[in-house]
Amino acid sequence: MSAFARTALGLALVFLYAPILVLVVYSFNDSKLVTVWGGFSTRWYAVLFADGPLIAAALVSLKVALLSAAIAGVLGTLAALALDRHGRFRGRGAYTGLLYAPMVMPEVITGLSLLLLFVGIGLDRGIATIVIAHATFATGFVAVVVGARLKGLDRSLEEAAADLGASPARVFFGITLPLIAPSVAAGFLLAFTLSLDDLVIASFVSGPGATTLPMRLYSQVRLGVNPEINAASTLMIATVGLVVLAASWLTARRGQGA
Amino acid sequence: MHAPLPPSAPLLSLERITKRFGPHTAVDGVSLDLAAGEVFCLLGPSGCGKSTLLRLVAGFEAPDAGAIRLDGADLTALPPHRRPVNMMFQSYALFPHMSVAANVGYGLKGLSLSRRQAAERVENLMKLVRLEGFEARNPDKLSGGQRQRVALARALAREPKLLLLDEPLGALDRTLREETQGELRAIQRRLGTGFVVVTHDPAEAMALADRIGVIERGRLVQVGPARDLYERPANRFVAGLLGDVNLIEGRLGPDEPGGLRTVETALGPIRASGEGAAGAAVVVAVRPERLGLGGAGGLPGTLLEQTFLGDRIRSRIAMADGSVLRASAALPMTEPMPNVGAAVTVAIPADAARVLPA
Amino acid sequence: MSGRFARLLVRGLPLVWLVLFFLVPFAVTLKISFSSPATAQPPYLPVIDWQGGLEGWREFLEALDFQNYRMIVEDALYRDAALSSLGYAGLATAILALIGTPTAYAMARASARWQPILVALVIVPFWTSFLIRVYAWIAILKPEGLLNGALTKLGLIASPLPILDSPTGVLVGLTYAYLPFMVLPLYAVMSRLDPTLLEAAADLGAGRMRAFFTLTLPLALPGLAAGALLCFIPMVGEFIIPDLLGGSDTLMLGRVLWSEFFSNRDWPLASAVAVLLLILIVGPVVLFREAEMRREEAAEGRGR
Repeated sequence: MSAFARTALGLALVFLYAPILVLVVYSFNDSKLVTVWGGFSTRWYAVLFADGPLIAAALVSLKVALLSAAIAGVLGTLAALALDRHGRFRGRGAYTGLLYAPMVMPEVITGLSLLLLFVGIGLDRGIATIVIAHATFATGFVAVVVGARLKGLDRSLEEAAADLGASPARVFFGITLPLIAPSVAAGFLLAFTLSLDDLVIASFVSGPGATTLPMRLYSQVRLGVNPEINAASTLMIATVGLVVLAASWLTARRGQGA
Repeated sequence: MHAPLPPSAPLLSLERITKRFGPHTAVDGVSLDLAAGEVFCLLGPSGCGKSTLLRLVAGFEAPDAGAIRLDGADLTALPPHRRPVNMMFQSYALFPHMSVAANVGYGLKGLSLSRRQAAERVENLMKLVRLEGFEARNPDKLSGGQRQRVALARALAREPKLLLLDEPLGALDRTLREETQGELRAIQRRLGTGFVVVTHDPAEAMALADRIGVIERGRLVQVGPARDLYERPANRFVAGLLGDVNLIEGRLGPDEPGGLRTVETALGPIRASGEGAAGAAVVVAVRPERLGLGGAGGLPGTLLEQTFLGDRIRSRIAMADGSVLRASAALPMTEPMPNVGAAVTVAIPADAARVLPA
Repeated sequence: MSGRFARLLVRGLPLVWLVLFFLVPFAVTLKISFSSPATAQPPYLPVIDWQGGLEGWREFLEALDFQNYRMIVEDALYRDAALSSLGYAGLATAILALIGTPTAYAMARASARWQPILVALVIVPFWTSFLIRVYAWIAILKPEGLLNGALTKLGLIASPLPILDSPTGVLVGLTYAYLPFMVLPLYAVMSRLDPTLLEAAADLGAGRMRAFFTLTLPLALPGLAAGALLCFIPMVGEFIIPDLLGGSDTLMLGRVLWSEFFSNRDWPLASAVAVLLLILIVGPVVLFREAEMRREEAAEGRGR
């Protein structure tokens, strides 16, 4: 079993990384044909940086991701606190369901129904509507991440602070929040990534002038494989890779108690 | 069971405290008075409600019935951060994101101390627990004993009239625990702070406490100095909790002048002290070290087994009715011990035998 | 700030948000699924006449009908799309279980030093763009792509396999994109398994295989169920993968909804498809929650 399982693990990792590797390698391909190697070149990066609409879309995406992750970070943390601290309040089951349902809901449903709401109440579609939509489906993810940390938090730390005369507000801001801060940051980062990544929901709820990066990429991908997209993808992967590395380095340092 | 009142007005006074969790009654009508400067141990097995009682005093739980008074003031409705008592947690609950000094000084905020006064107090506390030079350390970088002392210093920083300690030595290994017991007592005597210590370890309770309260399934069954509890336990539970004990079933004879009663047992009549209605089913409790082996006029038995324990020898004796008694004799002994299998006699001195309810 | 107010704020703020932007939109969708399309803004009828009072409501209710649902039931397109969505999702879930179980098992049995690294390796692709990861497969699966090129060079095939724009392409994409969602819940359960259980099994004469099938797998079933649900539900409504890898013949509900909305501008019909899709995925969720609850009850019963 063990050898078989280890082989399966190896193959699964190859399966997960091979397409990404191909993508990155061919972003440096001089040929316009993605499947034929024409020598090393960075010309597609030059094309990419001259692509005004794409860069504008990337900026829209960043703005949306920052705002929606901030909202989801606050809402998700509050929800996690409510579930962890308020005990068995009435309607707790429904509350949990409402919190987690947007996480697994097919994006086409979330996107369509939000759009219908926005049209129904006459809200102009644009960056604001995308932010609302992204915050809605990311809140559950933040709540899961923060909830896991809260569950592992030694309750007596907060009791000790209260015992030493700290008011509930001082306990929360001085003890609870600093101790769950890494998970809040992780939840924020997750919400940020989910927002950057979303194509379907944004396509439904965005309006003219609010084209996100995935929407822009999708319109090009539909026309076929294109080395400029490989270059854009490589930059995105590199960014994520750096963030993950930095995060793990930070947590490792914190783990050593420095 | 009513606790005897200490001579002066009580520092802490619990009045018929009851706490339920769902169908389970964790604390059941406990009344108790504590004198200022007293070290009081709540002793009982895990899950008996002793920690809940401590948390009720600290304010982390609200009682379903009863009142808690400190120096005559009613604490029952106060939230934890407004109560003039402090607690040392079993896990120590040191704030991992603060230095040792910040931990110790945490409670000083809101006490209207100047910055210098606060720094001085932290310094004095660090001296008190012998941790000078560790101020800037992170709690994660300390040994178990050092962490325990930081927790103690932090809990003492607000100079509480009453300190609550939840299994204060539970996380330490045995040698460190005995050393720390002495330190804890010394600090307590120097400061005169009242201590309420929760522990499941009878040896620890006996070493630390002025008085011990034994809790059995949420009820306070007996309160008194260690020696009283050991020698005159109120029931079989207390007798067994504080040390090994022989229990011999029997029926209580009639009242007699002089306090001693006769109990008819399968081993024959045994003279013992205690109360009860004539004819009631009772047990006679005798500590193993009070059983006399050999000598004339004892109950006949056979020596089953002998175990050498360094400072004493423990013996198991099969009695005529098939029951087994345990005896323990201090070393060195003046007389030679009989061999295993030899016929012996067992003497039960009347002043060592207690009548307990069956 | 009083404690009660703070509690209300903590619990209420997310609640209000989710009701407003998750529950209410569903109600709106449900309502519109009973409307008719119109060349107006918004492109459906009837629209509630808020000034019309009770009379307006009555007119509104009378104008609602089931024609969209009749269409979904009668037109083979929607039935086939629903069936094939379930089929793709079910098949991909089965493939994921087969790949994910040994993978998670190997991760759980790796040394303590390697485990966090392996977990990170499984998670990192999830952090990179979904769209891009699916896009990457186009270059691999194309007729003149890397896979066909390699297979031809090795002499395994004479002519390129038509994997892109075929059901196989969709399955490859689904398996690829959702693998972390299967592996991680399985790993979470398997890594918490007491290793002495396996030692006890070995001590009692069970080989590795027997220990796996009699201990590890049954005890990891909750993880498998969670992973399956986590993959199955979004896969039923998946849009990007069938759109990019499946070609124009691939029918999946997410794609049908998309084209009804964006190409045909038939909002009421798109809403009806959304309701149908929701009905399809509610079933497995309810089943899973029931099983979960039974398991918890059983565990509590044992605990007493």
